[in-house]
Order: sequence, then C-alpha cells, then structure tokens
Amino acid sequence: MSRGGSGSLPTYIAQRVLLVIPMIWVILTVVFFVLRVAPGDPVSAALGGKLNAQALEQRREALGFNRPLLAQYWDYLSSVIHLDFGTTFSDNQPVLRVIRDNGGATLTLTVAAFVIALVVGIPLGLLAGRYRDSVPDAGIRLFGILTYAAPVFFVGFLMQYYVAEPLGLPTSGDASPITVFQVQPKTHILLIDAFLSGNTEAVQDVLKHLILPAVTLGLLICGVFIRLVRVNMLQTMQTDYVEAAEARGLKRRNVTWRHGFRNALVPVITVIGLQFALLLSGAVLTESTFNWPGLGQKLVFYINNRDYGAVQGIITFFAIAVVAISLLVDIVNALIDPRVRY
Amino acid sequence: MRRLLSALGKPFTQTTGLARWMLVAGVAITAVFVICAIFAPWLAPYGFAQSSAHGVEFPKTGPPSSTHPFGTDRLFFDVISRVIWGARTALEVVILSIFACVVLGVPLGIASGFYGGWFDRILVLVMDALYVFPSFLLAIVVSFLLVDVYGGSVIAVSLSLTVVYIPQYYRVVRNTTLSAKEATYIEAARAMGARDFRIMRKYLFGNVIQSVPVLGTLNAADAILTLAGLGFLGLGIQSTEAAEWGHDLNRALPDAGSGVWWTGLYPGLAIVFLVIGLTLVGEGLNETLNPTLRRRRLLPVVMPPRERATPAEEQS
Repeated sequence: MSRGGSGSLPTYIAQRVLLVIPMIWVILTVVFFVLRVAPGDPVSAALGGKLNAQALEQRREALGFNRPLLAQYWDYLSSVIHLDFGTTFSDNQPVLRVIRDNGGATLTLTVAAFVIALVVGIPLGLLAGRYRDSVPDAGIRLFGILTYAAPVFFVGFLMQYYVAEPLGLPTSGDASPITVFQVQPKTHILLIDAFLSGNTEAVQDVLKHLILPAVTLGLLICGVFIRLVRVNMLQTMQTDYVEAAEARGLKRRNVTWRHGFRNALVPVITVIGLQFALLLSGAVLTESTFNWPGLGQKLVFYINNRDYGAVQGIITFFAIAVVAISLLVDIVNALIDPRVRY
Repeated sequence: MRRLLSALGKPFTQTTGLARWMLVAGVAITAVFVICAIFAPWLAPYGFAQSSAHGVEFPKTGPPSSTHPFGTDRLFFDVISRVIWGARTALEVVILSIFACVVLGVPLGIASGFYGGWFDRILVLVMDALYVFPSFLLAIVVSFLLVDVYGGSVIAVSLSLTVVYIPQYYRVVRNTTLSAKEATYIEAARAMGARDFRIMRKYLFGNVIQSVPVLGTLNAADAILTLAGLGFLGLGIQSTEAAEWGHDLNRALPDAGSGVWWTGLYPGLAIVFLVIGLTLVGEGLNETLNPTLRRRRLLPVVMPPRERATPAEEQS
C-alpha cells in the first residue's frame, strides 16, 4: 500500500520488517499484562503446597515478582530480545529448552499436516472449480464444509477407532520407546534424526506414528484450501486471458492447465501464512488427541500445573513465530508476484 | 409486528436457489438443537450427571440398548441425555459470549471510529494484537486465567470466547463508522445541533449494526468448536457442572482403542451438525444481508444492450 516505495524488493522487505517490530511489541505487551493482571500469585499457584512459605518467598524474590510491575515488564522485554523466554516455575527449566525438546515434534506434525492439506486440498479445489455445479463439485464442497465443522479431536477419535484399530497403527506418541532409545538426538527432530541414523526400522516406526496425527490435522486445513482454490479457479476461468486463449482455438485442456490452474494457485501462498495460526491451534488439539509430545501438549501440561512462567514463555514464542511466519510469507509472496510490492 | 415479521422473513423471501436452500437447511438443523436446548429436561431420558435410575445403577460403557439408546459412558452417564443437555450448554455459552461481544464491541467500535485520536489508536493496536494471535491459543490463555476466578463454569468459558471474538466486531463496526460518519446525514444532524451521543445512538448505530447478524452466526459456529476444544483439553466446563460435548469426547478417547464407539461418536456428531447448521445460516444470511459480499456469487455479468445516445448527448 505504500505509495512512496519504488517497488523494489529490498525496500519492500525493509518496510515489512520495520512494521513487524511494533506489532511484536504490542503482542508482547498484551501477553505480559494479561498474564499479570490475573488474580492470585503465580508462584504460589504453581508451587503452593510443594514448598514452605520461606522457600516460596525466595522463589518470588529470585523470579523478580517483588519488583515494580514496570521493572518486570522491562526485564521481560529485554530478555525476549535476547531470545530468553524465561523459566518454568513448576520444574524450573529454561523455556527455551522446553521449546527445543518439544518444538521439533510440533514442527514435524505441522509440516506433515500442511503437505497433506496441500496434496488433498489443491487438486480437489481445482476439480471443483473446473467442473462447477457438477456432482463432484457438490461433493467436494460438502467435504470442505465437513472438514471445517468436525473438530480435530472428533476426527482423531474416528481415526483411532475406524483406521488405527483395523490397520494396527499406533495412536499415541511419536515413536516407540525402542526407536527413541536407538536414535541419537542431533537435530531434536525425530524424523530427521531417524534418517540420519540410517536405521530403516526407526524411520518406518516414526512415519507410522506420524501418519494419523498428520492426516487428522491436515484434513482440518484442507477445507480452507479447497474453498480458496475453487473460488480462484472460478475467477480465473472467467478472466480475459482465458477467454483470449480459448478464442485462439487452444484445446480446452491446455487452457485449463496452462492459463487456469497456474494463476489460480498464486493466492494460495498468501493464505498459507494466514492458516499458520489455525494450524497451531489445531496442533494443540491434535497433540492432545494422539498424545504427541509437542509444544502444544506441553502448554496444556503447564496450564494444568498453573505454571505462569512456562505459559508466558511458550505463548511469547508462539506469538513471535506467528508474526515471523506471516512476514516470511509476505516476502515470498512479493518475490513471486511483483504486484504485491507496489 | 408486521414490520418485524417481514424483516425476519427478508432473508428467505429475497434469496433464490442455493442461498435459500442453505438458509432453510441451516435454520432447520439449528432449530433441532434449539428445541433440544430449551426442552432438555423433558426430552432427555435422564439428567446429565445421573448414573442410576430407580435404584438401578447404569452399566459402565454399556452398548446402546432400549433403556440407553446411545449407550452409557465410563462415568456411568447416559450418552443420549448428555448429548441433549449438551445442546443447552453449547447454546448458553454461545449466546452469552456473542451477546457480550455485541454489547462491548459495538459501542467500543462506534466510539473509537467516531472520536478517533489516541483512544482509537490504542484500541486498534490492542485489538489487532488479539486478532493476529491464534484464536484458540488465546482462548486457552484466557480460560487459564479465569479458572481461578470462576472455576470451570459457563461464565468463565463464555468470557474467554468473548475475548477471542470481540476484535472482529470492533473492527467491522469501527470501519463502518469511519466511513459512515463522513456521510451528509451526519453533517445534517450536527448542523441541527445533535450531540455526539445522539448522533452515535440514532444515526450511526442503525447503519453500523447491519453487519453484526452475519458475523454473529458465523462466530457462533466457530464458538461451538472453540468451546468443544477447551472442553476437550479440560479447560472448559466440568462434567458435573453441565454436559459439554468436547469434554465428553475427551473422556471417550481411550474408548476408541477398546472397541467402544458410542461414547465418542454421538457427541462428535452433535458438534458437527450444529456447526454445519450455524454455518449454513450464516452463509445464507451473508448472501442476502451483505451487499458487498453478494458480488462474490460469481454470476456472469450481463451487460445491458448499449442504448443509442440521445440527441442531447450527441450535441455536447
């Protein structure tokens, strides 16, 4: 929207990065104050009953809860800048380590789900858009509505009962204990570690554990893609250049492929960025459904332990991740589509 | 009365084809749930937290039978009763939260758009931050904070849903206010000496409220899912407080591995149907009430045949 920009890519990127900083600041401020205005004392909420009054007071002192709110706010902001997300109260771990240990599982799950959503969603959307108002179109649209309306954990339940049981697929965790024991943690992403170890059984085991959660989460987002690609396809097929191609006497199939499909896919990239937030929300539920040892499940665990430190740290990380992804998508979008830069 | 009826009937009478079909189907599905919610005590064979009747204990995870058409779950509760009572909980929460969203979001949006200035800027910043954040995570955090105050009650969950959805109402209302306040009728009202409050109440409110019904229905569908998600994670309503489908599914999850399907299938289907019903109503309303979205129907534009220019135009 900037009229001053020359439309060059570096200028655009610089503008976007500059805009992201206040955005992150506002989100961090909201996260901090929302968690602080809550009634009750975070330290005794997490540790009350486990420690005596004196020890509680010491912990409060050490965590800086006795200091003025603004000083705490300042500390929080400056530590986040140094990528320090604080420590958990209940088990006294750096949040960054929690993120490192569990983030890999969440990343694997979300990326796999995304791939499934794209693989299922784009062809179905194109098909529905191409054969508008036909029986396949109606069926695909209904499927799209169903994927939106069915909660992740319900799909997970059905998967566990109707798919996992007959096929003998695992429904809990990201690998069997033997695999976890055998594979050396190098990248903290189990799938990659398994590949690196060259142990085919381990890779198979990890993939077997991954398939159901990934399909469940993937179905949740594929409805969005179906809908989007379908509408884009309808719009593209009505554009002048498609009409021109048809007028030149090109075969219907060539027109659909070369002029229709390709252009219908451009906006998908923008929406991928927007879907990341939905994906994260879905991941939390999927992880709980399949007992997947990811960050979302960890968040629920800390919430049940009333651990403000961990909740604040993980939420801060999620917030920054969401903003960073949307920035990344904007930049990629500008690379692909020059119109965005202006 | 007649005006009200015709206003209510407008979405139906002014639609055709798919939009009308969606609206009718949506209203029918939603009506079933509303009836279940209102008449739950009469429709449900047992209470939502009842584990025995006439001195006979219910079986644990008993399969569907004549006394328990949907079976019983691992807490000895009757599944069909919980599904019916669940409709009441879901509608209570959704109505409460949407009501709070409208009551808070609409005036905030009008005032913010009308006055502008630093008040507007700060609100926009905060609302944008809330909006950017993954909505379900936000709901989790808010209910985490509210559990201390309200426990796992209907009020706590409704409030967390309010926080999640309020930015949408605020944004829509603020943006329409921004454009509406430049209109000549506002200027005229001002020229006649109307105070700010009167302008907002009498001239802006009616123009700005148009987009709220569609937003409300679509949000209601989403809110059902969020409510169930919170319940599934154990952050929502407790089983003994009220019947809640999401929490029931949580308890049903271990059953999937032991060949028990009825504890999870029915609450899940209830969620799916209610969400579909509300979505259909929302989409159907969208096609009729929202003039800007009506264009999205992608009907081919038929240009009127070009008329011959009148002699007056030819001269100029």
